[in-house]
Amino acid sequence: MNVWLSAFRRVGNMVTEGVWRLGFATRFLGLILLYSGQSLRRVHLTIREIYFSGVLSLLIIVVSGLFVGLVLGLQGYETLQRFGSGDALGVLVALSLTRELGPVVAGLLFASRAGSAVTAEVGLMKTTEQLKAMDMMAVNPIARVAAPRFWGGVIAMPLLAAIFTAMGIFGGWLIGVVVIGVDAGAFWSQMQAAVDFRYDILNGVIKSVVFGVAVSLIAVFEGYDCHPTAEGISRAITRTVVSSALAILALDFVLTSFMFRGTS
Amino acid sequence: MNGVSETPLVELKDVRFAYGEREILKGVNLVVPRGKVVAIMGGSGCGKTTLLRLIGGQLRAVSGTVTVAGEDMGRIGRDRMYELRRRMGMLFQFGALFTDMSVFENVAFPLREHTDLPPELIESLVLMKLNAVGLRGAAHLEPSELSGGMARRVALARAIALDPMLIMYDEPFAGLDPISLGIIGQLIRRLNDALGASSVMVTHDVHESLEIVDYVYFVSDGRIVAEGTPDEIRASRDPFVHQFVHAEADGPVPFHMAAPPIGDSILNGRAA
Repeated sequence: MNVWLSAFRRVGNMVTEGVWRLGFATRFLGLILLYSGQSLRRVHLTIREIYFSGVLSLLIIVVSGLFVGLVLGLQGYETLQRFGSGDALGVLVALSLTRELGPVVAGLLFASRAGSAVTAEVGLMKTTEQLKAMDMMAVNPIARVAAPRFWGGVIAMPLLAAIFTAMGIFGGWLIGVVVIGVDAGAFWSQMQAAVDFRYDILNGVIKSVVFGVAVSLIAVFEGYDCHPTAEGISRAITRTVVSSALAILALDFVLTSFMFRGTS
Repeated sequence: MNGVSETPLVELKDVRFAYGEREILKGVNLVVPRGKVVAIMGGSGCGKTTLLRLIGGQLRAVSGTVTVAGEDMGRIGRDRMYELRRRMGMLFQFGALFTDMSVFENVAFPLREHTDLPPELIESLVLMKLNAVGLRGAAHLEPSELSGGMARRVALARAIALDPMLIMYDEPFAGLDPISLGIIGQLIRRLNDALGASSVMVTHDVHESLEIVDYVYFVSDGRIVAEGTPDEIRASRDPFVHQFVHAEADGPVPFHMAAPPIGDSILNGRAA
């Protein structure tokens, strides 16, 4: 009986803890937005973070996008040609990437590459009392440290997703047209005809912005909220990657169910 | 001297503070007169650093008042608090230098954040501050390239960048070699007098502190248990002060943590 009771307690504890943290994170987002004016006026702070979160993530995004496109080209052609529609490869590659794979996979990679780095940096600043020192110098750490990192991530994420998608389409073209020999005209013209700017591309961009907000908030919050020890930082980084991945997948399902209902 | 300058810069009256149920300060009265260097001493975990945080406004007292430059730190809002903090400098235990900036940029940070001075003037000011702590030659280095003592001197240069009225030191001597210890000690005294500032320092380094401070408070178990000038402290017959100043292992602060008689523990074969 006691075992059940303690298990029940633990579940309850986890739930209340989760609700607390969600509340804190929401309050933290509110503070970031409140102080964003101050920090966005000094645009070089945000540009620096776009460099660290965005430019430094380019390599992994470009390489992964290319390989995802290559695999998509191979698998897609393999399936399509069974139905005699090998020419539709361009459509398959482009729609999969713009609607789903671009934002989702780029988001997951962004969380593990840039999100973890932001959490580690902010966490270490907290552990070495740099945030406290800043606060004692009458410089608000949320405006000076958290807000630029948040906006840097929010701006970088859709750009990275777009680059990922472009590289994926290039990979699909490389395999489909150059290696397998699908007709280049059919590949591009079918893609152009089937991909709608608002329905496919814009919805994909909206997804990547939402993922950017989620990952950046989680990364900055976990760093800011971490226990100021070496173990605390490592736990915070793990939480950033795990929570971001779950958030991206869950949000993707919600967004997809709103955006694409099989009407076209 | 007029009446205003004679009022103490920092005054704590019957200050109580607790983390949840755990009471840290149990009614502390303390004064930092203008222009003086005051040390707060006591063993680890006695509430010294909490006192410093209350003075800096990072924590608020449960009851009692903390007054800095005539302002009640428990009542003022964030904006007013930040205005006051611009006139305070704090040296953290391990310097707390910003690791993504060079030494120069660290010292320039408060100037860039709070003033609109032209770059040439900021450069001159930063080099002057670094010169004051003897590290003008380290301006181009990164914090990771500094020794512990140097990092603390750079942090001191950063703390005095805006010519503060109050400088706070959190364990300024912890973990330093004897030479660095002497340098920091001398700097604390000289900078305080040169800037016309007041200083409050939290430390457990008795001998180095007694050389440079004007007044000492001893804290134990959340209360001020002794106070006086360095000469009075050296001559004190108070058992706690005697134990602390002469580094005796046993005394009013017992060597053993409270436990049942050792015979019981050994015979029963366990620590309970």
